[in-house]
Amino acid sequence: MGFLKQFFRRFFRSRAAIQQLPAGSVTVDRDGRIVTYTVSSIYPKELLYDIGREVLSLFREAREAQVPLAEVSIHFTSLHITARELRGGAIIFLFPQAAFSPSTIRPRL
Amino acid sequence: MEARHKILVLDDDADWLNLCNEMFAHLPSKPEIRTVASGARALALLETEPFRLLVCDLKMPRMDGLQVLSIVRRRFPELRTIVLSGLEDEEFRSRAYALGVDLFWLKTDMQANSQMFLDCIESLMGRDMEGGFRGIQSKSLMDIIQMECLSRSSTVLRITRGPLVAKLWIQNGELIDAETEGARGEAAFYRILGWKSGTFENLPAEPERERTITKPVNALLLESAQAIDETADSVEPGSVEQTAHRKTIWKLALLTREGADFVMAVPPEGQGEVETMGAQPSEPLAKWARRAVETARRLGERIEAGPLSHVAGHNLERQMLVLNRDNVCFLIGWPPNVATSPLLEKSKKLVSSWDS
Repeated sequence: MGFLKQFFRRFFRSRAAIQQLPAGSVTVDRDGRIVTYTVSSIYPKELLYDIGREVLSLFREAREAQVPLAEVSIHFTSLHITARELRGGAIIFLFPQAAFSPSTIRPRL
Repeated sequence: MEARHKILVLDDDADWLNLCNEMFAHLPSKPEIRTVASGARALALLETEPFRLLVCDLKMPRMDGLQVLSIVRRRFPELRTIVLSGLEDEEFRSRAYALGVDLFWLKTDMQANSQMFLDCIESLMGRDMEGGFRGIQSKSLMDIIQMECLSRSSTVLRITRGPLVAKLWIQNGELIDAETEGARGEAAFYRILGWKSGTFENLPAEPERERTITKPVNALLLESAQAIDETADSVEPGSVEQTAHRKTIWKLALLTREGADFVMAVPPEGQGEVETMGAQPSEPLAKWARRAVETARRLGERIEAGPLSHVAGHNLERQMLVLNRDNVCFLIGWPPNVATSPLLEKSKKLVSSWDS
């Protein structure tokens, strides 16, 4: 019986689960390294790095285009990302959107 | 004899597939049902055979339902899709709808309301897939107006095309008024008839509505059709110049009306010139808009956040919003003191009206 339990537990654990959307905040420095974060530790770190890197590239390219931005937000249908420039780095807020979210527009930070 | 529709059911649970097979056999249209246990197999089948409907689970090993649906949406845009999942989290419902699925049902609800579920499937399969105004497929707006007038009905037709809304007042089969985006009467009617697609609904009649249109509806429709033909046929150099001039005036008026600083329409690299209104053309800014959309899309696909709506940014001098429509990036600049909340709707309106 114990063997069967172990077997099934292992089988079900190995099944791929759908990736949850990240919720919380991430602070990245000017090199894209994560300084602090409040996103669930289950969420893959490499995806958080990706988010940080892409957000920093948006700020950097805006500076290169002579329009330095203080804040950037990316709105997907299921997730809103709002990032504020922080001395070369950024603090990034991640808001998953549910179907019945009270408001899809977040107040400016 | 009419060909039987085909339904593809995708789920990693063999018992569930059997249950679906038995259940769908009771559909009145007697569709052909195929079942598969993996996303890869489902995509392979969709490539080789025409299906009308895909019923898809979300939680599956290797390739999950959201991944399958995002591929299906790109490769088979005409395929109807239903998500049938055990995941009760609202987040998944919203992500599935964001991917453009037609219906999201929980497996528990489906078992409890099986008849309603079957009715939904039957109705989905029965819908025609041709373009046109939603509600009456493959009919143009002209056809819909003629139908309302011929049946001598009294109603208000509310027509929506993206963020643009219009209303047509019909009283006893006569068109008495039209209104859209600041225009009223015949001018509004001609503008509405230029819309190629959208949705419409019938609202209760408003008999006390002031009459601004006195011409018979058939005369108006004829004039409108002639105007559309003339616009399509006008190739003389003089008229091209005049049309371009009129367009510029129209776009500047739009900018002023909505209160935007500037609009930049940025086509994909190497596919035309950047068009700027209200500001000096700036290649670096256009490049940033293009890159912002690319970056956001790449990130969205990586983290499975659904389709991109828009990218926004601001500093002390201005607010900017980047929207993408038909592969053209629209960068819209707004003054810093404009309220943030209506900016998206206002920007969408600007973009929708840009080339109309």
